Amino acid sequence: MSELADAFVTALKLIFTGDPEVMAVAARTLGISCSATFFAALISIPIACLIHFNHFKGKGTLISILQTFYAIPTVLVGLLVFIIFSRAGPLGGLGILFTPQVMVIGQVVLISPLMTGLTVSALSGVRPEIRDTAVSLGAGRLQMARTVLVEAKYATLTAVLIGFGRAISEVGLAIMVGGNIRGFTRTLTTAMSLETSMGNIELSMALGIILLSLALIVIIIPSWIQQRSSRVQQR
Amino acid sequence: MLLEVNELCQRFGNSDILKDINLEVERGETFVIVGPTGSGKTTLLRLIGLLDKPASGTIRFGGREVPDSARARLELRRRIAIVFQRPAVFNATVYDNVAYGLRVRKEKRASLRNKVARALETVGLSGYEKRDAQTLSGGETQRVALARAMVFEPELLLLDEPTANLDPVYISNVERLISQIIRDLDTTVIMSTHDMFQGQRLADRIGVIISGEMLQTSDPREIFSRPQSRSLAEFVGSENILRGVIASNEDGIVTIDTDGIPLEAISNLDPGSEVYACIRPEEVILAPAKDLTSARNTFPGEVSHIVLFGPLARVEIDCGFPLVALITKKSAEEMGLQTGSCIYAYFKATGVHIIER
Repeated sequence: MSELADAFVTALKLIFTGDPEVMAVAARTLGISCSATFFAALISIPIACLIHFNHFKGKGTLISILQTFYAIPTVLVGLLVFIIFSRAGPLGGLGILFTPQVMVIGQVVLISPLMTGLTVSALSGVRPEIRDTAVSLGAGRLQMARTVLVEAKYATLTAVLIGFGRAISEVGLAIMVGGNIRGFTRTLTTAMSLETSMGNIELSMALGIILLSLALIVIIIPSWIQQRSSRVQQR
Repeated sequence: MLLEVNELCQRFGNSDILKDINLEVERGETFVIVGPTGSGKTTLLRLIGLLDKPASGTIRFGGREVPDSARARLELRRRIAIVFQRPAVFNATVYDNVAYGLRVRKEKRASLRNKVARALETVGLSGYEKRDAQTLSGGETQRVALARAMVFEPELLLLDEPTANLDPVYISNVERLISQIIRDLDTTVIMSTHDMFQGQRLADRIGVIISGEMLQTSDPREIFSRPQSRSLAEFVGSENILRGVIASNEDGIVTIDTDGIPLEAISNLDPGSEVYACIRPEEVILAPAKDLTSARNTFPGEVSHIVLFGPLARVEIDCGFPLVALITKKSAEEMGLQTGSCIYAYFKATGVHIIER
């Protein structure tokens, strides 16, 4: 028990003294996951709109497939991306395996189905009357889609944040395609995995606390904004 | 002619919602579609508003058939506004809600502000600009919806049951507002309602739709006095509808045999024609004794039921056939009417409206 307490104290020390290596790893982690979230949102939200606002055969099946991908193991995506970007793979020529770029790509692949599916649900949650109202007031298809998306903004934001949560917390993909290279592709999760196996519990714990804090801050800010605006509405 | 609807049909699954609707509406006219709930009014308005496509039939708008391409439909749709029965407001301020139609039309900011202010003033919501639209009451929401629809000055304004979800106290308010908009905007209005009297108050012309069929279109008075079918007669409140056959016709005065009871009426139908005879309850006069009057139809009977509502009394009489009379409460009291009273019921031959079966 005292070991654990010691570890905790060391962890806090590492954080508050601003250990340069720890800070660099934290910044890199945030950078990779935020980029991945950004690009995934850029892809997922328009695709979700296409799925939601069009009627086509197999729409239900497509949504079911997306939902299946919510639970896809990160190592499986890691393997897939590894194969594609390895020397002999179809995109091996790019030579970006074991770089932060390929980690971003992997995370985009990992979280896009989740974000797309949740955004489709978010859009479905908007009353159909809103769509009719927009159209009846002269909105074109794009304008109508934008209006419905704005009505679903909080649910869509939640979809994006859940995607971010999955990206920042995964480790299998980051190790497989990033390689956990010190000072280059090491992230909080891969560092934790390594340090724990090497017996550096204090360091690992410090990294864990930082990871949790980062996730918490990124998730809390938007929901705080949402609560504030809904309180303003009630007034 | 602003709008011509030809043989319009709509089908959901296997059920026909609208059957062969024909309709013409002139520029500047206020046309009211009256029908009971579920008769297809909303479906028809959605087709006219180009929100849905019909199963078959055509709509011509401004003399031009509504095209199929999305772009051309959008262009036409921007000349039409619809206010739904339960208006939904966007999760935004009242100002942004009203400005919506202008923004999607890329209106310049300065004129946008003026137009929104004017629309809000018309509906009596000046000063509400910054209010969150979702916190408004039902009546206020309805007024935002009206402002939002009139702000871009549509050539055709479609109103779907604009007062159906309002408390009775707000209904006359919104009705007054609608008449004002019709007057100020000088636009063409097609409105639906299940309230025949509301139709009469606001319409230049009325069309009655029952079970997806437009049964009659004519001026509001004629629908009441001369309904063209039995279901229409029932809908407009002809409570006395008797089945019969014309027994004779002498110079336009016919005798109708209704289960052995003769009725006199005005008609040019030949003997043998199968008909319904409709007598509006307010056409029936009651008297305690048999008098000589000009009324061609007199029946002795017994009062079987009296219901009072407001200043009126609805009296059901058994004259060998059931007959309903609508008289004032005062008359009923002065005659001492009660269940079991024996009285005479009178109605004129001109008070009988005949519908061919």
